[in-house]
Amino acid sequence: MTIFEFVGQYWPRLLSGTGVTVTQFLAATALGIAISLAMGLLRLSHSMMLRGFAVTYIEIFRGTSLLVQLYWIFFVLPLFGITVEKFTAGYMAVGMNIGAYGAELVRGGILAVPKGQWEAALAINMSAAKRMWRIILPQALVNMLPPWGNLMIELLKGTALVSLISVTDLMFEAKQINGTTFLSAQVFGVALIIYYILARFMLTPFMRWLERFMARKMGRA
Amino acid sequence: MENMSAYPQEISGENIPMVKFAKVRKAYGDLVVLDDLDLDVAAGEMVSIIGPSGSGKTTVLRMLMTLERINSGCIYVDGKPLTHMPANGALVPASERHLRKRRIDIGMCFQHFNLFPHMTALENCMEGPVQVLGLSKAEARDRTEELLEMVGMIAKMDQHPSRLSGGQQQRVAIARALAMRPKVMLFDEVTSALDPEVIGEVTNVIRQLVSEHNLTMLMVTHQMGFARDISDRVCFFYDGKIEEQGPPAELFGNPKKERTQQFLSAVKEAV
Ligand SMILES: Nc1ncnc2c1ncn2[C@@H]1O[C@H](COP(=O)(O)OP(=O)(O)OP(=O)(O)O)[C@@H](O)[C@H]1O
Ligand SMILES: [Mg+2]
Repeated sequence: MTIFEFVGQYWPRLLSGTGVTVTQFLAATALGIAISLAMGLLRLSHSMMLRGFAVTYIEIFRGTSLLVQLYWIFFVLPLFGITVEKFTAGYMAVGMNIGAYGAELVRGGILAVPKGQWEAALAINMSAAKRMWRIILPQALVNMLPPWGNLMIELLKGTALVSLISVTDLMFEAKQINGTTFLSAQVFGVALIIYYILARFMLTPFMRWLERFMARKMGRA
Repeated sequence: MENMSAYPQEISGENIPMVKFAKVRKAYGDLVVLDDLDLDVAAGEMVSIIGPSGSGKTTVLRMLMTLERINSGCIYVDGKPLTHMPANGALVPASERHLRKRRIDIGMCFQHFNLFPHMTALENCMEGPVQVLGLSKAEARDRTEELLEMVGMIAKMDQHPSRLSGGQQQRVAIARALAMRPKVMLFDEVTSALDPEVIGEVTNVIRQLVSEHNLTMLMVTHQMGFARDISDRVCFFYDGKIEEQGPPAELFGNPKKERTQQFLSAVKEAV
């Protein structure tokens, strides 16, 4: 069977799998950004307890494998009475994992903003919260956009693991089709191409656009 | 902790100084940067601070702007303590809340302008009035446009700082500080980072402030001629202390202390 015949026959399942992958990706991104911000800010907090909490979180999620984290959320938490639906468990694990890496980017981006910006904001008597939200974070965001682009690609690839807890994403569909047809070359070839297209032709151009957009907002372009 | 009972909780009477440094000490580790500094600045007075590098000039302004905390002594603004606050009949170090309430009277311009790069000139100036003073956008804009007009930047108000020259950025920074309507303005070497040909456009704005407004000003500068022209008083700093001070004609024309003479002749040679 040629690859065209293959796609002609199996495209509905491949498409629905791709849809689930994209949804998992978007949900994990939203969660990942929220966690990155929260942990990145806590990491810089004056309170030792809050700082310690963030450091512990970052250490755990960066120091262990995403797959094990996924299994923990899906298979181990229920033993403690917390059941998480598989779709939710999927993007939660990926988002929480990416959040740990993102937190370090947020922290680095904030520290890279010149001290003079804090001082100028203080000199017009802005509250600590407004200094952070209105003056420092927007500049930190621009600093950290390029590394965020790489992180997003890691995130997209990471979502393939959710197939292991039977979330019906692209990888799951591919394995199912392979199991019944044994057309391994075709099915995994197409999956490879779809992941590549998502990463290189959608995600990367979007991040580039975002960088240009932010540069314009900063009056740099 | 220092016994604060020697410091009044409020200065009363006539001729209250707008700014009062009372035995203010600031040290970084073993390095004493301000050594029990006493300095009064009258309302409406323009005081220039000169002195060799590392003598503590910038530190004086930073302490007054509350960018950092002092080690001992007390700073008063308009008769009320800034670095401390009254609690149970005694002065205790100021809380963050007290600082926010009191530093509203003070504005500062920096050597490197420190404009917010993600905002236009207009937005830079409106940020404080809207976000801190709670003015409506329209009110803030009126106030801000008037100031940008005064500093000659109205035509470029929609530009981001990256599109402005150093002199233009510094004029916007002055407008940004003035938009908060402070009683005291601090200038820390605001022309030091500028190309020689644009220094005049910034000093002219300061001149105008001196002649037309009743602001109290403290200005650190290396421009002796400018300090001589516009100051009511010049303070020569040496080693964290005021070595000599007086009206500009006297301090520049007839310095009494040897260190002042040495510094002034060294500066003259450098020009
Ligand atoms: N954050 C800091 N940590 C340690 N030392 C500091 C710090 N800030 C300033 N100093 C030291 O305090 C001293 C006074 O600094 P300050 O900036 O007030 O000098 P200045 O008179 O403004 O000098 P310049 O003319 O070079 O600007 C210097 O020796 C400086 O190295
Ligand atoms: Mg200085």
